[in-house]
Amino acid sequence: MKIVVCVKYVPDATGDRGFNDDGTTDRESVDSLLSELDEYAIEQALKIVESGVEAEITYLTVGPDDAKDALRKALAMGGDNAIHVNDDDIAGTDALGTSLILAKAIERAGFDLVICGMASTDASMGVVPAMLAERLGVPQVTYLDEVTVEGTTVKGGGTVKGRREGDVATELIEAALPAVVSVTDRTGEARYPSFKGIMAAKKKNVEALDLDDLGIESDQVGLSAAWSIVDTATKRPPRAKGEVVEDEGEGGVQLAGFLAAKKFI
Amino acid sequence: MAEILVLVDHADGAVRKPTLELLTLARRLGEPSAVFLGKGAEGATETLGKYGAQKVYVVDAPEVDDYLVAPAVDALTQIAGSSEPGAILVASSAEGREIAARVAVRLESGLITDAVDIEAGADGPVTEQSVFAATYQVKAHVTKGTPIITVKPNAATPEESPATPAVEAVTVDFTALATGTRVVSRAPREKSDRPELTEADIVVSGGRGVNGAENFHVIESVADALGAAVGASRAAVDAGWYPHSHQVGQTGTQVSPQLYIAVGISGAIQHRAGMQTSKTIVAINKDEDAPIFDLVDYGVVGDLFKVMPQLEAEINKRK
Ligand SMILES: Cc1cc2nc3c(=O)[nH]c(=O)nc-3n(C[C@H](O)[C@H](O)[C@H](O)COP(=O)(O)OP(=O)(O)OC[C@H]3O[C@@H](n4cnc5c(N)ncnc54)[C@H](O)[C@@H]3O)c2cc1C
Ligand SMILES: Nc1ncnc2c1ncn2[C@@H]1O[C@H](COP(=O)(O)O)[C@@H](O)[C@H]1O
Repeated sequence: MKIVVCVKYVPDATGDRGFNDDGTTDRESVDSLLSELDEYAIEQALKIVESGVEAEITYLTVGPDDAKDALRKALAMGGDNAIHVNDDDIAGTDALGTSLILAKAIERAGFDLVICGMASTDASMGVVPAMLAERLGVPQVTYLDEVTVEGTTVKGGGTVKGRREGDVATELIEAALPAVVSVTDRTGEARYPSFKGIMAAKKKNVEALDLDDLGIESDQVGLSAAWSIVDTATKRPPRAKGEVVEDEGEGGVQLAGFLAAKKFI
Repeated sequence: MAEILVLVDHADGAVRKPTLELLTLARRLGEPSAVFLGKGAEGATETLGKYGAQKVYVVDAPEVDDYLVAPAVDALTQIAGSSEPGAILVASSAEGREIAARVAVRLESGLITDAVDIEAGADGPVTEQSVFAATYQVKAHVTKGTPIITVKPNAATPEESPATPAVEAVTVDFTALATGTRVVSRAPREKSDRPELTEADIVVSGGRGVNGAENFHVIESVADALGAAVGASRAAVDAGWYPHSHQVGQTGTQVSPQLYIAVGISGAIQHRAGMQTSKTIVAINKDEDAPIFDLVDYGVVGDLFKVMPQLEAEINKRK
């Protein structure tokens, strides 16, 4: 069967992230990397194959030239090949547009299982997987802390099962393949690429696609087609640092004094 | 006035507080109509009316209980199709965001997630969001279709505005997608007597410095003395010291209480993403260079095992 893992190239969360004048994310002044939350998706895809499910793993990213780095890192962890959708007209696309591009690329590649991270670390909306399920017309099995695939054959078919920490309950959920899955950072540490893996990744195929290849008109995506717009983005003033005292035996009492002055006690 | 649809977040008919906040915000935009999915609507109608719902749409179908997300999408899309609302408001839980996302695709409408405030504007609702680990405040609005907005807990203080809602039972024509993802079992999380993390006015959180599940009572005692919820850093949760449902941060719960007390927590960006918008921040940490101190209104550099018991005793003394 075929597994497509969606990975995003994002500005480093530990950098000083910000906005461009047009309200889009500034992707220049902070170094970007493979979203850490997508490493868990990669890890689960590799684990599914290691558990005995015969599958080809394809990584898919929608992003600028450098986003290729994210694909190379993913390929160094394992997997077979990658697709990079890159087009000047994509800049500024919102989640609705991104999900359209991803869905078209996934349909073109063919799939039994799509695996996403739970959220991107920049926009952190956690909505693209659900949108993909909607657009692809398949079940969504999302926010999983645990995922297993059973009963697949060379012809496809099979079931995906998982555990989801729902809003008020822990849920066990399942669906027939094909399906879209997203996994949380509780599925287990992602592996580090080995030296051998890094060397092998250089030989793996990365297919470059643009909007034309996917039959998407340039006015369907990009900033001008976004269905919501940022009016203003204001940097929050850094919090004024308050008093910090050294505990010399009275720290708890001093703190209680502060809380009382603020009427919390 | 335009109808504003509010998706009700409830547990067997018990309406959760974020829904009351949504109804309060909806009144700024138009006339709120509640959309109630599942069982227990009879019990919920009065509460929904009390907070201003003019109408309650009820979808009581097995699909919404037994299958994930998609049945709610069918229901909400159908109701939106006939009522042509001015906006759709949904609570920003994992499920709420996913429902909103799919409705946005179906209605070809713009989506804004995790709003912390909403005002009426000339071109429809204007939302406010905190982004990039709450280092930026962003104002935005939807430019296409019906604005679909998910709203974070605590975005507004629930205000009563009594109404007697008309109740309309809706029969939904579910799509084939509705029954795609089956919920095989549901184990409700154990309820504690403490307030819920997202709803609490005060949150006391412990991190790696707490050094063991057996020590978390140090955090709990102070929380109880203050009537607070208990939070934890991912390091404490990953170590198995406290349940994941209490994790504060990027991949846990995002809180915005009046007071946040970080104990034995260094203040990594991913943790800050979940608490940085708290009104008052206090930290106890033995490392004076811990980044958490950059955020505090008050900090104590010291051993939490000395400071916390003393704090608890002093709170109880002053009460
Ligand atoms: C994609 C991603 C998502 C993440 N999501 C989250 C998230 O949602 N929430 C989250 O919290 N983290 C998250 N993290 C992890 C985050 O980066 C940090 O690793 C984590 O927050 C550290 O937890 P901590 O502060 O408890 O531990 P540490 O960083 O180890 O800090 C422990 C602190 O305790 C102090 N201490 C030790 N002993 C004592 C004592 N006796 N008295 C007083 N102080 C003491 C130490 O000085 C230190 O400052 C995420 C990371 C990634 C990559
Ligand atoms: N530009 C992108 N390219 C590839 N995958 C993406 C992209 N944006 C989002 N995703 C996938 O969707 C998940 C959720 O993203 P989001 O809804 O933006 O938080 C991510 O973890 C990725 O798996």
